[in-house]
Amino acid sequence: MADTATFSPSRRFVIAALGIGTAGFVVGCNTGTTAPTGPITLTSLGDYVRVGSDNTITVYLRHIEFGQGVSTGLTTIVAEEIDADWSQMRFEHSPADNAKYGNPAFGGMMGTGGSTAIFSSWQQLRAAGASAREMLRQAAAKKFGVDASDVLLVKGKAEGGGKSATYGELAAEAATITPPAVESLQYKDASAYEFIGKDRDPATFFGRLDTPDKVQAKAMYALDYQPEGVLTAVIARSPKFGGKVGSVDDAAAKAIAGVTDVVQISNGVAVVATNFWAAKKGRDALKITWDDSAAETRSTDAMIADYKKVLAKPGLEARKEGTGAAGLRGAGEVITADFEFPYLVHAPMEPLNCVIDYKPGESAVIHSGSQMPTGDQGAACAVLGLTPDKVTITTMLAGGSFGRRATPDADLVSEAAQIAKAINGRAPVKLMWTREDDIRSGKYRPMAVHRMTARINNGAIEAWGDRTAIQSIMEGTPFLPPGTPDFSSIEGSNDIAYDIPNISVDVHLVKNPVSVLWWRSVGHTHTAYAKEHFFDVAARKAGKDPVELRRTLLAKHPRQLAVLNLAVEKAGPLPAGKTRGVAVHHSFSSYVAEVADVTINADGTFHVDRVVCAVDCGIAINPDIVRSQMEGGIGYGLSAILGEALTLTDGAPVQNNLYDYNVLRMNQMPKVEVHIVPSTEPPTGVGEPGVPPIGPAVANALLAATGKTYAKLPLGAKA
Amino acid sequence: MKLTINGKEQDYTGEEDRPLLWYLREDLKMTGTKFGCGVAACGACTVLVDGAPMRACITPAASLQGKAITTIEGLDTPAGKAVQQAWTELDVVQCGWCQSGQMLAAAALLTEKPKPTEQEITDGMNSNICRCATYHRIRGAVARASEIMG
Ligand code: FES
Ligand code: FES
Repeated sequence: MADTATFSPSRRFVIAALGIGTAGFVVGCNTGTTAPTGPITLTSLGDYVRVGSDNTITVYLRHIEFGQGVSTGLTTIVAEEIDADWSQMRFEHSPADNAKYGNPAFGGMMGTGGSTAIFSSWQQLRAAGASAREMLRQAAAKKFGVDASDVLLVKGKAEGGGKSATYGELAAEAATITPPAVESLQYKDASAYEFIGKDRDPATFFGRLDTPDKVQAKAMYALDYQPEGVLTAVIARSPKFGGKVGSVDDAAAKAIAGVTDVVQISNGVAVVATNFWAAKKGRDALKITWDDSAAETRSTDAMIADYKKVLAKPGLEARKEGTGAAGLRGAGEVITADFEFPYLVHAPMEPLNCVIDYKPGESAVIHSGSQMPTGDQGAACAVLGLTPDKVTITTMLAGGSFGRRATPDADLVSEAAQIAKAINGRAPVKLMWTREDDIRSGKYRPMAVHRMTARINNGAIEAWGDRTAIQSIMEGTPFLPPGTPDFSSIEGSNDIAYDIPNISVDVHLVKNPVSVLWWRSVGHTHTAYAKEHFFDVAARKAGKDPVELRRTLLAKHPRQLAVLNLAVEKAGPLPAGKTRGVAVHHSFSSYVAEVADVTINADGTFHVDRVVCAVDCGIAINPDIVRSQMEGGIGYGLSAILGEALTLTDGAPVQNNLYDYNVLRMNQMPKVEVHIVPSTEPPTGVGEPGVPPIGPAVANALLAATGKTYAKLPLGAKA
Repeated sequence: MKLTINGKEQDYTGEEDRPLLWYLREDLKMTGTKFGCGVAACGACTVLVDGAPMRACITPAASLQGKAITTIEGLDTPAGKAVQQAWTELDVVQCGWCQSGQMLAAAALLTEKPKPTEQEITDGMNSNICRCATYHRIRGAVARASEIMG
């Protein structure tokens, strides 16, 4: 199922980028593939399918598995069309190779994100499976001496003319057969599906392919990879955003047992040691004077005040209906509120890291859990002066990402490559970020202020205004033509589906030295909250029930309306003593509605008890992974709105680690029920779309009880 | 100095203050125990010491002489096996990074309280963070493991 984490050149962005004919952010480079090794022969039937002499079927993933379930989702599509037995199925990350494994949703560059994995792979992997199946059929016909039409393929075996053979036995012969033309391929009818749309069944489909290794702790992540003689590096980075190294006294650091090198790189000072503990102690012992002449000096409060000043003027237009902003003046009552969103940290559970083995002038092998392997390869080439064919990227499982491992500047690999170069490739280097580095070193969900305005007249919302000040994720890349609004700042605002006669959406792109990045569901993290919570505020002002008014104003949007109705119906009557809120949002081509039941205690604290979610993601390839992504998305979104904020004082982050950057714990997790809309539409993503509606659903529940507008995030402990 | 890890004696010769986590991961190549925060705030590095959950990231290896250390690689108690089975049946894992810690915490909880209430499950598991927010399934899997144990 699609990607949990986010990258964001989403489809419309990439299309726009291709339209203006620019190059990518990092120029990717292509390599050949790594050859399979070991006693089992693996035979390629196309770029994505390899059949083993042991009768296994391995699907190459061009997307990284970081929890969202692509290792099962993509494999399921192939298993279905090739007529496999589920026990045959395996997965492996593909090599870095844009030509073979580029993501069409990213303009052909390899990338995991934007919840595109299933969406972009559906047709392609059906074809890969069906093509391999036909090659196996031809091979069987030859072997059995029968006509291809007399060969029956079932559960990884071919039968015909009273003979039978496994796919493993047929693979070598099948590989000699010319793949059928894509147009000639026949696909299974949905009514015959054995795996797609099916839940775990001990007889046929055993659930997630990554479960056994992860439960037995055999799964290998980049941080677990330890080549012989590896050195560990940690980096001291500027405490303030935009600061630079002034001078370094490394005498005490070098005196720590185990420290082998102290080297300066572009963004700090790296301490290299024989193990992590020594490297960390060495870093603690560094005496660095920072040059803060270009550094950020403000607090986040001061920055928010600056954002609000900017909001007095119109920004770049992103949507206009009717008379636009002029419609906000006129008969009736005008309401307005400034919605404030803090910086957020991704904080994937596996701290950032990568391992590089560099042989000067010869080669580099990189093990990492990256969402953009060819971008990483390009960065390594640039630092090390190697050609792409000499740089191998081995993609490992990643312990979460949520967008953090999709960096246009390939930060991890370029840091690691600089360190490897500085020690002249004397040993492999494992670069590790501590959790403090992760929390304090940027690439945050941008801080934002939405100025929401509505004009209410005669019991109707006659005009809607949504003006945002936000730091752009995309600005400065060649993908964003000057003067155009960064779509990742306004997605979810500009496509507001409510049938309101006058709509004005505009945006100011603010500049400052804090680095920002896509964070699971990107712009929708704030736009959905502002839109859906302010909608309830406005509906109540108009004297309307917010759910009823949504139904009326979504009449032209049947899929949004259907998830709204399903979630409300399944939620049933509101239990006594609780308050309820509802939100619906469209993101990454999927539609999700969430109903939150909340208890407000006598002391003003509140608890989200239950969330009922309805999702329309087209065909649900693996319904249980759809459910798990909704559960996880709801938890991730709730975490942010309840307690997450990265704040600055004098340009430096205040929070340090998971004791003061507050992420969701079990006692805050509601019960979650997920209902999937049956669909025959092509499958769409589920990694991100569960996130946006939870915040406003909870805020709407609080509003229903208290009458207050919840415009400042995080909400904190009290209603 | 001798350490007993998963029933096997190991000779620890490292620094006094080096946390067990790094000795397990870097020296013994037992990478099932994970690094998440390094400050006892997340539970990713949970191991059992004489059956009780402990944070390997802040506990010096040298302080554990004479104690029985259990990591995910050696979790073969009845509670541990039930937990692993329940985790598999419910497909609890997403990224998986927190799950060794979660399963050890669950095994310790179930060894002490084989029939935990919902509140006891939450209390017992609350110090283990799952950034993928698999909490809903972890709750269900602890209850299922309790059932499996009979
Ligand atoms: S790594 Fe030990 S508690 Fe987080
Ligand atoms: S499964 Fe990813 S952090 Fe728990």
